[in-house]
Amino acid sequence: MVKPRLRTGVRLTFDRVRDTHVLLFPEGVLVPNATAAAVLELCDGSNEVGEIADRLGARFRGVRVEDVAGVLARFEDRRVVEWT
Amino acid sequence: MDVTVEPPLGMLAELTHRCPLHCPYCSNPVELAAKRDELTTAQWLEVIEAARDLGVLQVHLSGGEPLLRPDLPELVARASELGCYVNLVTSGLGLTESRLADLAERGLAHVQLSVQGADAARADRIAGAKAHARKVDTAAVVRAVGLPLSVNVVLHRANHDQVEELIDLAERMGADRLELANTQYYGWALRNRTALMPTPEQLAAAEPVVRAAIERLRGRMEIVYVVADYYERYPKPCMYGWGARQLTVAPNGDVLPCPAASVITTLDVENVKRRPLGEIWYESASFNAFRGEDWMRDPCRTCDRRALDFGGCRCQAFMLTGDASATDPVCSRSPDRSVVDGILAGEAETVASAGVPDFVMRAPTVTR
Repeated sequence: MVKPRLRTGVRLTFDRVRDTHVLLFPEGVLVPNATAAAVLELCDGSNEVGEIADRLGARFRGVRVEDVAGVLARFEDRRVVEWT
Repeated sequence: MDVTVEPPLGMLAELTHRCPLHCPYCSNPVELAAKRDELTTAQWLEVIEAARDLGVLQVHLSGGEPLLRPDLPELVARASELGCYVNLVTSGLGLTESRLADLAERGLAHVQLSVQGADAARADRIAGAKAHARKVDTAAVVRAVGLPLSVNVVLHRANHDQVEELIDLAERMGADRLELANTQYYGWALRNRTALMPTPEQLAAAEPVVRAAIERLRGRMEIVYVVADYYERYPKPCMYGWGARQLTVAPNGDVLPCPAASVITTLDVENVKRRPLGEIWYESASFNAFRGEDWMRDPCRTCDRRALDFGGCRCQAFMLTGDASATDPVCSRSPDRSVVDGILAGEAETVASAGVPDFVMRAPTVTR
């Protein structure tokens, strides 16, 4: 139970009308900020939180594991992310 | 005051009003569109494309029964390939595993299955069709294909006592979400209001059952409970504001700010066959009629709740007061609240003196 992935029925896509990533799920739309979208793009069930933080660290400055975990916890509450 | 109009998030596409069920609370208008008035495949494809260009991200393919449209797979595929999240809102009748697998392959994201009661005898009586057992089978098909499943139940006097059993049924069906929605009185439901209106005792009994189930099932099955607004102190935040997030396209191409808006006879309803969807959303008189706050009167105009509930439901205001700009009369601050109290007292009196009337089942308008 350490690798996050998007729950069944949740889709992350890019909306060119709004020029932003959007999370689509039954009866809902969420607009994640750029950081959250970058985290979610790596939530494919193959990366642990630490790996996600490392890979984001290569792209952004000052990425901390606890920040990534915090983002994921919020999406877990919203039933967007689950753990495998 | 200028109103910033955002792109719409969702489109309810009522592909047809034809349906194998006859539910007496159907939200379709009492004058159902005939098959010959339905948009063609090419027209629906254009609507879907225009909706995506406009910003629509959630497409709800509904009806009537959308499975009665042979072009459903094509419409699902187009909406999905354009990047929309495609929901199928269905009675479940006719949804075989091969048909659903094909729709899933084409990008269908989510199935919403209607359920009328907790057991076949009760459910089939309410649906006016032998449907319940087939719905249970359909739920298994949705699970087998691996799509998320929402079970939608409309609650009313004739099934409110089954709330606990309905929650159990949805759990057994493997639902990810359960919508327990008290009847909203438009269309056929308005015609059957006396027979459908739950008693205060029924509502009071359901409340703790639902609350406990929400807690017990947290993380496994999400339960959405929609209250019976006639009994509430404040109105529902209808559509999260008029022309704010969603649009409805009726089977004949009429474009409505909410599914019930055709009841507002003072509204100049637009049609996709005559005007582009984007123009209708941004520029039409009907979509701009109740945007923002300028249309509001007292008590809404200065009310501290106006940003929460947007004055409630415009259709309800029109139906119950004759004025679509009035405060939704379910609001305890409305000068017309006595209309709603009078309706509740009147329905209770009718039932006490003459019993619960029979349902007027949903059926096509007979034309000879």
